[in-house]
Amino acid sequence: MATAIQPAPDTFEAVAATLAAAGAEGRSVRICGAGTKVGWGFPTPQADLELHTTNLNRILEHNAGDLTAVLEAGVPLAQAQLRFASAGQMLALDPALGPDSAATVGGVIATGDCGPLRHRYGAPRDLVVGTTVALSDGTIARSGGKVIKNVAGYDLGKLFAGSFGTLGVILSVSVRLHPVPVATATALGSSADPEVVGAASRALAAAPLEFESLDVSWRAGRGAILARSGGAESTRRSARAAALMRGAGLEQVDVTSDDEELWERQRAGQRCQGRALVRVAAAPSRLPAVLRAAAAGAGTLVGRAALGSSFVALDPDAVAVLRRRLPAGTRSLVLDAPAQTRSQLDPWGAPDGGALALMRSVKARFDPAGACNPGLFVGGI
Amino acid sequence: MPSGTPELISRLQEICGDEHVLSHPHDLATYRSDGLAHYRQTPVAAVLPGTAEEVQHVVRACFEAGVPWVARGSGTGLSGGALPVADGVLVVLARLRRILSIDLDDGQVIVEPGVTNLSVSRAVSPTHFYPPDPSSQIVCSIGGNVAENSGGAHCFKYGFTTNYVTGLEVVLSDGTVAQLHRDDPGYDLLGAFVGSEGTLGVATRIALRVIPAPESIRTMLAFFEDTGAAGDAVSAIVNAGIVPGAIEMMDRLSIQAAEQATGAGYRLDAGAALIVELDGPHEECTVRLEHLMELCSQSGALDVRVALTGAERDLIWRTRKAAFAAMGRVAPAYYVQDGVIPRTRLSEVLRRIDELAGEYQLQVANVFHAGDGNLHPLVCYDSARAGEPERAEELAGLIVKACVDAGGSITGEHGVGVDKKAYMPSMFSEADLEAFQRLRCAFDPHGLANPGKVMPTPRLCGEVPGPYREHPLERAGVAERF
Repeated sequence: MATAIQPAPDTFEAVAATLAAAGAEGRSVRICGAGTKVGWGFPTPQADLELHTTNLNRILEHNAGDLTAVLEAGVPLAQAQLRFASAGQMLALDPALGPDSAATVGGVIATGDCGPLRHRYGAPRDLVVGTTVALSDGTIARSGGKVIKNVAGYDLGKLFAGSFGTLGVILSVSVRLHPVPVATATALGSSADPEVVGAASRALAAAPLEFESLDVSWRAGRGAILARSGGAESTRRSARAAALMRGAGLEQVDVTSDDEELWERQRAGQRCQGRALVRVAAAPSRLPAVLRAAAAGAGTLVGRAALGSSFVALDPDAVAVLRRRLPAGTRSLVLDAPAQTRSQLDPWGAPDGGALALMRSVKARFDPAGACNPGLFVGGI
Repeated sequence: MPSGTPELISRLQEICGDEHVLSHPHDLATYRSDGLAHYRQTPVAAVLPGTAEEVQHVVRACFEAGVPWVARGSGTGLSGGALPVADGVLVVLARLRRILSIDLDDGQVIVEPGVTNLSVSRAVSPTHFYPPDPSSQIVCSIGGNVAENSGGAHCFKYGFTTNYVTGLEVVLSDGTVAQLHRDDPGYDLLGAFVGSEGTLGVATRIALRVIPAPESIRTMLAFFEDTGAAGDAVSAIVNAGIVPGAIEMMDRLSIQAAEQATGAGYRLDAGAALIVELDGPHEECTVRLEHLMELCSQSGALDVRVALTGAERDLIWRTRKAAFAAMGRVAPAYYVQDGVIPRTRLSEVLRRIDELAGEYQLQVANVFHAGDGNLHPLVCYDSARAGEPERAEELAGLIVKACVDAGGSITGEHGVGVDKKAYMPSMFSEADLEAFQRLRCAFDPHGLANPGKVMPTPRLCGEVPGPYREHPLERAGVAERF
């Protein structure tokens, strides 16, 4: 049976009604924003219904003085950023936005996607201060609020961030905003020796320079560290970062304030264009070993040097080589890959048994009908 | 005492040793309350396990006996979150106070839940620090911080406990153990657990992220005619894109009480004091401090002072931190509230609090985290005067309501506990509360972990049959359900 494509609803109630009907009739629903990340997770059988959030596209509030905003899920992140930029502010999430920069706020949050700004500002879960969601029994529920500090009730925003639409549909989010730095400058240096790149990464991560972003890359046999400073004195701070890079043995060290393209390239490295993309989480000090594993799989790598979070793009056939070569204690998940690759291996990897049992229990409570993106997530949830 | 309790107590003694199980009412007196002393309840027993494994066995024994339990750290909480339940066991984590590992290269510290907040920063200083800094940081425990998602004066810039916990070992109410890591695939159970006020289980090992200590700290103290002018200065600072480490405001009454306590030289003719602390790289702090002082002057500051030495900085902060205790000079008792408002509504809400205080003929002092709009109004009263405690409680409730009406929250950092659960419906609908209950039931279907907290009315968990659907990978034999 072909998937029915529901006209994209434009009210919360319409989304909830669609979900409730599907839940009651035992139909599966594929929940999409702009569809820029539909290839992530387990490949799933065709859903009975496709539900797009793209018509939930209003910026409900931008409270510039409070550094907060309330956004419907289907608002393209790029569009929200334009609005915030007019007040010198930003939502500090900078993932790759896909074709036509179409990625929606809801999609970015549901997949927990983020870019180099995670170094200073955190992931979606750290920036969402409130959510409104629809569940498969038609419930519309809010959690959190509109203020940046709030501990009333459970933090369901964190539960839904990164849940890949398997618990329900994110209808709107309240987010914390940050001021855009008045100026930025980036120090960068490179080396062919993974140990030198690792040493530079450690030196910069320990430096009290408050970088906006601190990234690593590995391409064609050469690694680089990029440190971006923001603020009136960003060039002077970058000069100090450059000195640390030289001290650690990096070569071709340079400072530039015309740095946007460098960071665009880092963001682009988190997409694989038909190849495979593996997200690796390792202790930051294991960076040299992670770089060597990426090199062994002929992959390119970008990542957050101080957080130990990296993205390796490589040929699907090389995923097994990469996973074998990663140091012990490393966690890896295949974020994106051709469907055939994702069906041949468990893209998520096995989580702790106790944690997985809890995840199943959470799924059963929030989506008892099993209607929302079934089969896509960890453990086949 | 519930039937079967003697058996449970002997089981607890087997697990932890006789000396670590208290069941005589006299021995239990210390544990009747947490930091909110007007709620009191004696548990059946208090048990002090010495290892994570003992915690697990204790929780399991409670599960098998069908007895509820409450975890307690240092007992400094201000919402009654660690208040015992009458027919339950209190699991005291004070003996679990080892720092298990420190790895500065990876910016990670692993601790047991009874370790105090300040000892984490001390263990990694001088190069690093642990940012969340609740006022009780000398004694409060990391386990309690995890339960409450504690903040502190510096969370406007640095965030809360939840932003710094990278891993947890948790014991669930049936005694099973789950390892939760920040970067593991799957639901962010770690994020759901932090701030759940002990209702989802108990953390027995906690991994924390520590970060490089700022190389420069500049602390400024400015005095204003009134809180309105000080609020304008805060707006000007935030609108200029400056993100100070902390922005704290005190009103006239709290300045007067605190100044009497510390003699720091705060201006007694001022209607408001603003403490702004900048931290970060030298270059940025120098530039921002100039800008900051200019903005305060433009907002009508009567006086702007900058701490030139560490001792001066300490004195400024000591006075701010003395404000709560110093209220004893104004009145014998007070209710402290923890409401949050959108910062831009500050003047309006403070005016409303003044009106209400006038109506109720009570004094309300205001000390608050101005950057993030977290108010701590102290409603002063004297229990010796007939009807005054009741009036004070009512007034405190109206202040919370004013915060919610302004688009804020009933609690910014103290938690809901028992103290604020009655206010939950003012912020959340029945459907919202029901969604919270789904999470609670997913973790603790029998309702044994800290029952009677957070949710306004007791709720039970129903069964969730849910249709089983075979996953295509199960069919193919690639994955299986556990």
